[in-house]
Amino acid sequence: MIRATLRGLLSRKLRLVLSALSVVLGVMFVSGAFVLTDTLSRSFDQLFSTVFSNTDVQVSAVQKLSQGGDSERVTTTIPESTVDTIRGVAGAAHADGMVFADGARLIGANGKVVSSAGPPRFGADWPSQVDQAQLREGRAPTADNEIAINAGLARAGAVHVGDTVGVLTLEPRKNFTIVGVFGYAGGRDSQGGAQVIAFTKPVAQQLMLGQTGVYSAVSVKAADGVSPDALRDRVAAKLGSAYDVKTGKQLADQNAAAAHTALSFFNNILIGFAAVALFVAVFLILNTFSIIVANRTRELALMRAMGANRRQVIGSVLLEAGVTGLVASVLGLAAGIGVGALLAKVFSSFAGGFQLAGLTVPPAAWISALAVGLGVTMLAALIPALRASRIPPVAAMRESSTQDRPLTRITVIGTIVFALGATALGLGLTDNAGGNGLWAILGGVLLAFVGTALLTPLVARPVSAAIGRLFAWSVPGNLGRLNAGRNPRRTAITAAALMVGIALITGVNTVLTSAKTSITKVANEQAHVDLIISGDPAMSGMPATYDKSVIDQASRMDGVQSASALYEDMAIVNGDHTFLGAFSDQSVVAGMFSLTAAAGDINQLGDRQAIVDAPYAKDHNLTVGSPLTVQLARSNDPVQLTLTGIYNKSDLINGFMLPATLVPDFTVAQPALGFIQVKPGASVSAIKSKVDGLLANSPEVTVGDRSDYLNQQSAAADQVLLMVQILLALAILIAVLGVINTLALSVLERTRELGLLRAIGLSRAQTMRMVTVEAVVISAFGALLGLVVGSGLGTAVVRALKDQGITELSLPWTQMITYLVLAGVVGVFAAVLPAIRAARTNVLQAIAYE
Amino acid sequence: MGTSGAAARAAGVWKVYGTGEASVKALRGVSVALARAEFTAIMGPSGSGKSTLMHCLAGLDTVSQGDVYLGDEKLTGLSDAGLTKLRRERVGFVFQQFNLLPTLTAAENILLPLAIAGRKPDRDWYATVVDAVGLRDRLEHRPAQLSGGQQQRVACARAMVTRPDVIFADEPTGNLDSRSGAEVLGFLRDSVRQFGQTVVMVTHDPTAASYADRVLFLADGVVVTELPHPTPEAILDTMKRLDALGADR
Repeated sequence: MIRATLRGLLSRKLRLVLSALSVVLGVMFVSGAFVLTDTLSRSFDQLFSTVFSNTDVQVSAVQKLSQGGDSERVTTTIPESTVDTIRGVAGAAHADGMVFADGARLIGANGKVVSSAGPPRFGADWPSQVDQAQLREGRAPTADNEIAINAGLARAGAVHVGDTVGVLTLEPRKNFTIVGVFGYAGGRDSQGGAQVIAFTKPVAQQLMLGQTGVYSAVSVKAADGVSPDALRDRVAAKLGSAYDVKTGKQLADQNAAAAHTALSFFNNILIGFAAVALFVAVFLILNTFSIIVANRTRELALMRAMGANRRQVIGSVLLEAGVTGLVASVLGLAAGIGVGALLAKVFSSFAGGFQLAGLTVPPAAWISALAVGLGVTMLAALIPALRASRIPPVAAMRESSTQDRPLTRITVIGTIVFALGATALGLGLTDNAGGNGLWAILGGVLLAFVGTALLTPLVARPVSAAIGRLFAWSVPGNLGRLNAGRNPRRTAITAAALMVGIALITGVNTVLTSAKTSITKVANEQAHVDLIISGDPAMSGMPATYDKSVIDQASRMDGVQSASALYEDMAIVNGDHTFLGAFSDQSVVAGMFSLTAAAGDINQLGDRQAIVDAPYAKDHNLTVGSPLTVQLARSNDPVQLTLTGIYNKSDLINGFMLPATLVPDFTVAQPALGFIQVKPGASVSAIKSKVDGLLANSPEVTVGDRSDYLNQQSAAADQVLLMVQILLALAILIAVLGVINTLALSVLERTRELGLLRAIGLSRAQTMRMVTVEAVVISAFGALLGLVVGSGLGTAVVRALKDQGITELSLPWTQMITYLVLAGVVGVFAAVLPAIRAARTNVLQAIAYE
Repeated sequence: MGTSGAAARAAGVWKVYGTGEASVKALRGVSVALARAEFTAIMGPSGSGKSTLMHCLAGLDTVSQGDVYLGDEKLTGLSDAGLTKLRRERVGFVFQQFNLLPTLTAAENILLPLAIAGRKPDRDWYATVVDAVGLRDRLEHRPAQLSGGQQQRVACARAMVTRPDVIFADEPTGNLDSRSGAEVLGFLRDSVRQFGQTVVMVTHDPTAASYADRVLFLADGVVVTELPHPTPEAILDTMKRLDALGADR
């Protein structure tokens, strides 16, 4: 039995190669993700252990608004006096205050801020860098207008020693002369791609921490014979609970752990897309093994007639699947290692020369490769195997055994599965799943897909016939159309595989398009703002900001009705973390954003007053006159405010608004956004170009009208969509393999028909057209299914997000039509090889009777 | 027999499969001419080359040596496209089985060669052919809904509808019971008598061959004899003689 199976395996190699290829691609994605994240996380481990290798103990100021469990702990930066206190701890050889904070942005030679695709942009005091940094060129900064920068940053910004450059920090642009360029041990240009600008100590304190005489951390060296752990305990005991005291090793571990968390999130996303690809692969494998079983009906029946039992038949099919899966897994793992290594290289170059640890294959990679590859293949082959076991021995004697089975049962099951999926989806989207919302949604989507796939055979014939009408004007077209509807199950599974990818893309696109439409509608109806100053949402560190004086000057321009700058920050209000904002001119805000007062006064704010939106007030039982305890990022102690106004719910703005006088205690005391109203009759474009001129020293932001701003904001959504499309392309590629497979089989099965057609005068070109039309019809059918299911899913999500401000349902028609056309093109490509094969049919062999 | 005016002819045709020691000579210098408006049957034992001869005459197979003509046109040397066009326009086929496309109705199957060629059917001729094969009430049926005999008659109608120079029938009754077979053969003979159609049929059934005007006997790749106006008995006798000859060699 086993030998017969293996021999059969070899004789059906083409079909298996295509199915195996789908598994290879899926496994490649899975193991590639593991190899990539493993390589990166070990690289981060190395990075941080290098960074903290010279640190015995470090005392740091706990972030004032740190997220997480101990969010109520609030400390300040570390004053000089604390450094003195630490110096007094027994066992401390010396203690040095240091400045090292994210948010120093260099303006490069091209006048633009040197961007970072992830790594932080540190501003530091030079003395604290001496331990690590190695000057390559020039000297250390000694005057207040001098800086040294790391070699990676110098190269990225195309700046050199002697250049005068602008630097953005907590303060607006300031100019410095580069006096030194430094690298790190081992000839590295950066530590993990980070940009570092080293100032003199007082300048670093002022620009990075907001005042002189304070530090972000204190590095403590242990005296001889004192272990870092012992020193840490002593320092911690001395300072009390208000400070974080950690050894260098603890810091390395802590930073690495944070990197691991970020990477595992990244890993989960990749695995998610791999899961979609493998889900699609299941359809392809299922189809292949169904066909293999159908083709082997007589052979299997003969085996049954000779005494093989059902279990042996099932075993025979599953063994074939197992061997296929195993080979595919091994190949997929090998490809995954290559892809993982390649992506790590790409990541490294994007992150400014991030130093990679050596490549290893983590156990998770090969375990998941084997488990997933074997599991998926065997699972998909299970149904065909069971069907094979039900072949009666008498089938060996029958001429043909591929009768059309009725679709009743599969339709009933499909309806039930689809209903279950829709219910789970509904519960998940309406928050009725009892905290398992995400799982309910994922499960719901999965079940909806399976249900749709099961229902597909029912509609395959009529729908493919309808699509095929487009081609029915020519004989090859008509024949192709009829062929596409001949085996509804096979057509359905092939199309359903394509459906999955297209449905997901369409769903995501529907949600994003609806969101965009909703925001545009709200903005056009409710925002009475002509020009908006804004920056691209920053990739890392602090958000883009600009010089506040721009708004002051703009408000004095002829033709400007009003102008107001918006400062944003996180803060703790009455114990809750929340975003809040402050306008430089509160009196114009209500007019700009169509805000109306629900209670109190929303048009002016005294120094110790605040307003909030009605839903927040209701949720937190706040009324006009309620006291507010607000911990701002840089205030030493919480400030006590009074709620003096409540504004009605708005789709544009929500949350607390504070008076501008509190802005100095914000993390960044510079505005992130600016709004300008132009007087009726004045030229918007003239004022725009004037404001543009004022922004010369604020290269992170631009001024634009409302539609510019909306486009800029939606660019992020477009990027998300692009990423999703790229990642789902794999699922679609696998679906295309399925189309090729199905066509190749159709051609093989219809050899006689092809021979007949060729004999009575069908030309080679016509034969190829016939096969192509069949492929296009199947692909278009799959795409149509995907569009219907996807826009359905998208609509459900949009409806569920109604309360979140997505009020408009808007289907991405242009993209949907594009997907449909692309599916047609994909069909043409999928048809190439089968069509050539069909055209080469040897007429004589085809019509010969055994 | 004169060669001018022949519907199809082979001149010194050799067909060799394989090379060297392993080569098989299926046809060894066959020269035949098939007269217009005549029903010719080709007979011979298995491996005699009768099917190969028909395939070469029909432009389905290439010859190793010699020439094949359809009317005045030389088939040898034509490209695949040329042969396809020729088959489409000037040749009709009836095979033993799998003659019809299961996705098309009987009517669509009959009109398929015209549709492929992009030609408009001649309505009168189509009606004549349909009536001749007696399928008027079966036109909208699909092959699966037709009996074997009806399917073969649809195939005959399809072969007729293009008014080809020659209809080649390869064991057209091989899969039929004798009554259905008689209907199909009767139709083929009538098409010759009534419409002046040229028909060439390969068969091993003496009864089937007796419908023909002339029977060519092949053995070992050569035409050994022929029998005009044959009866089943005469055919059987000839075949027995040939078998004896073969056994002697």
